[in-house]
Amino acid sequence: MPEISLLLPGVLQPLAGGQSVLSTPAEGPVTVARLLDAVASDYAVLGRRIRDETGALRRFVNIYVNGDEVRRLQGLDTEVQPGQEVLVIQSVAGG
Amino acid sequence: MAMAAESFLLAIGTKKGLWLATSPDRREWSFTGPHFLMAEIPSIGIDTRQGRTRILVGVSSPHWGPTVAHSDDLGATWSEPEHGAIRFPEDTGAALERVWQIHPDDQSRPGVVWAGAEPISVWKSTDGGEHFELNRGLWEHPHRSEWGAGYGGAAAHSIVVDPAGETVHVAMSTGGVYRSLDGGTSWEARNKGISAYFMPDPNPEFGQCVHKIAADAAVEGRLYAQNHHGVYRTDDNADTWTSIAGGLPADFGFVMLTHPRRDGTAWVVPLKADGERIPPDGKLAVHRTDDAGNSWKRLSAGLPGQEYNSVLRDAASVDTAEPAGVYFGTRGGTVYASADEGETFRQVASHLPDVLCVRAAVVAGA
Repeated sequence: MPEISLLLPGVLQPLAGGQSVLSTPAEGPVTVARLLDAVASDYAVLGRRIRDETGALRRFVNIYVNGDEVRRLQGLDTEVQPGQEVLVIQSVAGG
Repeated sequence: MAMAAESFLLAIGTKKGLWLATSPDRREWSFTGPHFLMAEIPSIGIDTRQGRTRILVGVSSPHWGPTVAHSDDLGATWSEPEHGAIRFPEDTGAALERVWQIHPDDQSRPGVVWAGAEPISVWKSTDGGEHFELNRGLWEHPHRSEWGAGYGGAAAHSIVVDPAGETVHVAMSTGGVYRSLDGGTSWEARNKGISAYFMPDPNPEFGQCVHKIAADAAVEGRLYAQNHHGVYRTDDNADTWTSIAGGLPADFGFVMLTHPRRDGTAWVVPLKADGERIPPDGKLAVHRTDDAGNSWKRLSAGLPGQEYNSVLRDAASVDTAEPAGVYFGTRGGTVYASADEGETFRQVASHLPDVLCVRAAVVAGA
């Protein structure tokens, strides 16, 4: 079955058992929210680092689908096609 | 070498991590850290009940959000519940921003830990701080829509529970002091006598910007408050407050500490003014009262001659030893400790990130 890959930054990889890529089987398009739900069901702490308890993406976490940041698309409702990669990257912020 | 029967634990939460230190004598300290590097540690609770030392910390990453972690081995390992110790129920539509206060309850209620958080909320755990439940009475309080945010955010930052567990005082910025007489089920504003000079009505029922409250060690119904301008005492369980700022060089500040056993003893760290949040004349000093605020003694032995950094509301602590230890840290990253109730201080750490929270305790072994 085709897969969708979620690529994690190094700082989050310990929360996914040391993996840098989490692959989810997908026969058709899946929203980013559904993809994150699947990740959170396996790695709950990782899920909490990316989204708060209302399901909102944390302010300084960016998710890219096909090179575009999802806030410029349809947010967490953005659809991901099988075979595509989703990148989780912390934004440049802080001091 | 024989292990000391007891020693001292000092926990320093900063803008970029946590440092832990142990000492056999409150003079020489051995440090570990930074733990949680690059995350703020705005709250720490040291729980020495149930025959173990549990360190609870509020951790806030600007990227990855807030959480509560705990360690039962002095920071060698840390744990956090999978789904989070503090998690707003779905029907609130709210999300945790930051944990401002972690308060282990009385010895007689060994599993109970209270927490204060942003958005303004109070939480209670009965399993040693691993899972907390939202206090619905305060969350659904009719005043909520009128509570405001100070510069650091809107939060419940002080929780004081009486020995019987019935009377609970909470302080929030901004909102003021709220009191429950039924263990936290219902809440009433209790700010009579506390000025809110920054509001159209300077004596409102609520809306005060109280910075910290603490209970007297021995006199029932007596509490002290450091306000956003104003230092106060109540002798009637917060029904009325009276100024005890006379004798202090400034009535602004964030810290309010009380003695672990002796009545009438409290410490503040005055800052010049709202508009100039530095020690008066740039000279850092702690002030202690031994007569419930009727008079104050300036304590600066061992402190630097010049200091332009402020001391935040939770960046100060006492321990329970005899004589009591007094500890505080500055936004300049320096931490001072006194083993004689503030008479003399020693610098125990410097050049750390901004100090947000300091807690100290007498612990077994270490």
